[in-house]
Amino acid sequence: MEQRGLARLRLPGLLALLAALAARTPRVSASGDLNLWPLPVSLKTTPRLFYLSPGNFFFGHSPTSKAGPSCAVLQEAFRRYYDYIFGFYKWHHGHNKIPSEMELQKLEVSVIMDPECDSFPSITSDESYTLLVKGPVATLTANRVWGVLRGLETFSQLIYQDSYGTFTANESNIVDSPRFPHRGILIDTSRHFLPVKTILKTLDAMAFNKFNVLHWHIVDDQSFPYQSISFPELSNKGSYSLSHVYTPNDVRTVIEYARLRGIRVLPEFDSPGHTESWGKGQKDLLTPCYHAREPSGTFGPINPILNSTYSFLSKLFKEISTVFPDEFIHLGGDEVNFNCWVLDMISTMKKRSIVWQEVYDDEGKLLPGTVVQVWKMGDFYKELENITAAGFPVIISAPWYLDVINYGQDWRQYYSVKPLNFAGTPEQKQLVIGGEACIWGEYVDATNLTPRLWPRASAVGERLWSPQEVTDLDDAYRRLTRHRCRMVRRGIAAQPLFTGYCEHEGRM
Amino acid sequence: MAGSTLRFSLLLAAAFAGRATALWPWPQYIQTSELRYTIFPQSFQFQYHLSSAAQVGCSVLDEAFQRYRDLLFGSVAFRFPHPIEKRHTSEKNSLVVLVVTPGCDQFPSLGSVENYTLTINDEQSLLLSETVWGALRGLETFSQLIWRSPEGTDVMAYNKFNVFHWHLVDDSSFPYESFTFPELTKKGSYNPATHIYTAQDVKEVIEYARLRGIRVLAEFDTPGHTLSWGPGVPGLLTPCYSGSHPSGTFGPVNPALNNTYEFMSTFFLEISTVFPDFYLHLGGDEVDFTCWKSNPDIQAFMKKKGFGDDFKKLESFYIQTLLDIVSAYGKGYVVWQEVFDNKVKVRPDTIIQVWREEIPVKYVKELALVTRAGFRALLSAPWYLNHITYGPDWKEIYLVEPLAFEGSPEQKALVIGGEACMWGEYVDSTNLVPRLWPRAGAVAERLWSNKMVSNLDFAFKRLAHFRCELLRRGVQAQPLSVGYCDMEFEQT
Repeated sequence: MEQRGLARLRLPGLLALLAALAARTPRVSASGDLNLWPLPVSLKTTPRLFYLSPGNFFFGHSPTSKAGPSCAVLQEAFRRYYDYIFGFYKWHHGHNKIPSEMELQKLEVSVIMDPECDSFPSITSDESYTLLVKGPVATLTANRVWGVLRGLETFSQLIYQDSYGTFTANESNIVDSPRFPHRGILIDTSRHFLPVKTILKTLDAMAFNKFNVLHWHIVDDQSFPYQSISFPELSNKGSYSLSHVYTPNDVRTVIEYARLRGIRVLPEFDSPGHTESWGKGQKDLLTPCYHAREPSGTFGPINPILNSTYSFLSKLFKEISTVFPDEFIHLGGDEVNFNCWVLDMISTMKKRSIVWQEVYDDEGKLLPGTVVQVWKMGDFYKELENITAAGFPVIISAPWYLDVINYGQDWRQYYSVKPLNFAGTPEQKQLVIGGEACIWGEYVDATNLTPRLWPRASAVGERLWSPQEVTDLDDAYRRLTRHRCRMVRRGIAAQPLFTGYCEHEGRM
Repeated sequence: MAGSTLRFSLLLAAAFAGRATALWPWPQYIQTSELRYTIFPQSFQFQYHLSSAAQVGCSVLDEAFQRYRDLLFGSVAFRFPHPIEKRHTSEKNSLVVLVVTPGCDQFPSLGSVENYTLTINDEQSLLLSETVWGALRGLETFSQLIWRSPEGTDVMAYNKFNVFHWHLVDDSSFPYESFTFPELTKKGSYNPATHIYTAQDVKEVIEYARLRGIRVLAEFDTPGHTLSWGPGVPGLLTPCYSGSHPSGTFGPVNPALNNTYEFMSTFFLEISTVFPDFYLHLGGDEVDFTCWKSNPDIQAFMKKKGFGDDFKKLESFYIQTLLDIVSAYGKGYVVWQEVFDNKVKVRPDTIIQVWREEIPVKYVKELALVTRAGFRALLSAPWYLNHITYGPDWKEIYLVEPLAFEGSPEQKALVIGGEACMWGEYVDSTNLVPRLWPRAGAVAERLWSNKMVSNLDFAFKRLAHFRCELLRRGVQAQPLSVGYCDMEFEQT
């Protein structure tokens, strides 16, 4: 194996590994060899096989389901997953003759409680589901539509093509639900503008990995692409150019696309630092820096002493609260002393806040229920311990900065993180509500976002969904290489984990 | 872009202001003024000078004219009869190309002369070059000088790279479709139906490269890195032993058998005919002696040959025999540095590729040693672009100075160039292009431009601009740092 310049593995060991890999059966017809990612909580399969015919399979609602054909979330999902499973297969050529006792003709979906079909997902959304794969009708049962979405993804991962090309699934019984409710990806559209198409592709990939929060770090020092209705000059003057802007329509498109995949959109308007671009379109917002007694011409963070600041922020956040339906707004607060009155203001708008850890570290007075996001490396487990001891919910990002790239299989480090590996009571541990893989935009844009994010973020996805005991790296490697090929097949340019190949290399 | 009012300014600006920031790599000599000329796409033409040795029918240039037309003017059909409202006195409607030496159907070679002179002033608009290869380089520069107001193996040509070193096969798989040994591909490729390069594929790559003045240097690396050859040629690889029994695993090519050399003879005859470049890359790196040591037949062979315990002598024996085989086919060869480090006797015209950063010595020292021994050298060690890291590593890549070693001018002249390497352990079509570009651009300028062109700020300005131009030309080059391009990459 090519190991030039890399002293990590010795040649003989590699040769043995290669021999072992070479001895494997081809990936396509691996029966019973599960390609599930992330791994469900409970999974039972038997060697009994069922076959699906693209011309004779459909998704349907159970007669007792609380959701029906009027539920757009489900109808859209049925169409999507049909295509993912059969790969835009042309089915009007007539179907194969499958013995009826081996045919799987329908997946019947049953929503038990009020489906929440027209709602937005939230931090308390129930994503649990049960999946019974048997013929002729398999069943997918969930409390809410969000569980159905997760179950459909799993169902699509159970189906494979055997060496004759026949769509096959093993008899299975799956009971599943996530370990953590907040499983996010942070994207940064200020350092580099990301076209809407790229954001939508990212949402697709997130759904394949059961992520449920898009943390949209939408503005920062470098540019202000968010087109505000109340303050149009912010993007007129603060964006890189007028074509590097998210219109209200763009924002609505992203939010709805996400909703249909059970993904929350968490907007971040980081202040009072990281606001240089805000000052371009809003006069007197930023603090003028002085050199001796004269203004130096440069500007610093938001100016806390002017009334105009207060009324501006109030109006802006009022708009943001309306535009973004999620209960939470991320206020940033990193790297500069935070003004706590912003937190108060947000709570009057009936929203809850998320802040970066500095707001806690610098002994700001946080309202109870404010979520703290831990991002600094160093002893971040100690930080988790402290924050949860103080009673605040916490999101982990410190070990998952995916913009920090390295040569080799760094997905293994992400996978091996233990979120609850700190000293604390069970109540404290409950306050760890999840984590986020962050892909900051200094060196990332649409040209390299997708391969840099996937499949490395998938490792984070399993760590946040699957049970604590799921830690075997070899099994993870096996499943993740196949999951990666599946993402490629579905149009996500996920990069390779290591040497090898996918049957379908994709049109990249 | 409104078709009928398309106008472009050919901008000749002061070297350190405005648009000359567009040039990458930086030319050896450039003199510009503030004068600007307008180009109308509908009436602009690339033309052959009457005295040019290359004329219409010269495929390399005919094709290039078409390519650069498309790049410059998009798909604006210039057949449209369009009334030109105003006659501009400062208008250029052609670039005249004068090639001095005939030769249009050849392949580019190591000795090809790529010089060109581009003169644009009131009197003329002339591209003068020794050969068609120089004309290609000049056309690229010309295209970068043209500034528009807003409305693959290609990208190598945009950067003036001229060698595509194709590391075709290795341990992991054998995708090259061999016609003399079809079992090699059938048993050694990942999937012989889909993951192969057919003879037609190879031909297309070679011609595509030729039209861009790019040589294809094929590498068939032996005796190590050959696991994938084993299934298709039983007996080729050395069976490793565990004690007195074969362990079931295999090692490098077996140098003790006559069959091995018969095979190599036939195989490299095929390779020599398929790949037209004078040079073949024969590998020779990272030969692990453990398997050879364990094998009793090899042990016996060592004794017979009087090599004692020195397996470097066995490696030497293999490589020398291979080199003789390949020379007999009229080919020259490039090898990895181990061949030189292990003191294999090679012909004086062998080219040594330096790839190891610190072993056996720092690469700078290795260059000194290789050239002191009289061999030509290629530098790759500091340019392993597959080694990614967080931040703007293009800077370190750019600041490498290939001739910064202790040696005579004659020695330095033996460093014929270098290669940016993108090894494939973690790279495929999902991430190759952004990982390679624009970082490889930094290598391109270091290998083309003058040694004095090393200011990072000047380079950053131009490379950032060049990166946006690459995007415009459809190359998925990743960003250098925070910022934006007028036209961002949009995925399909």
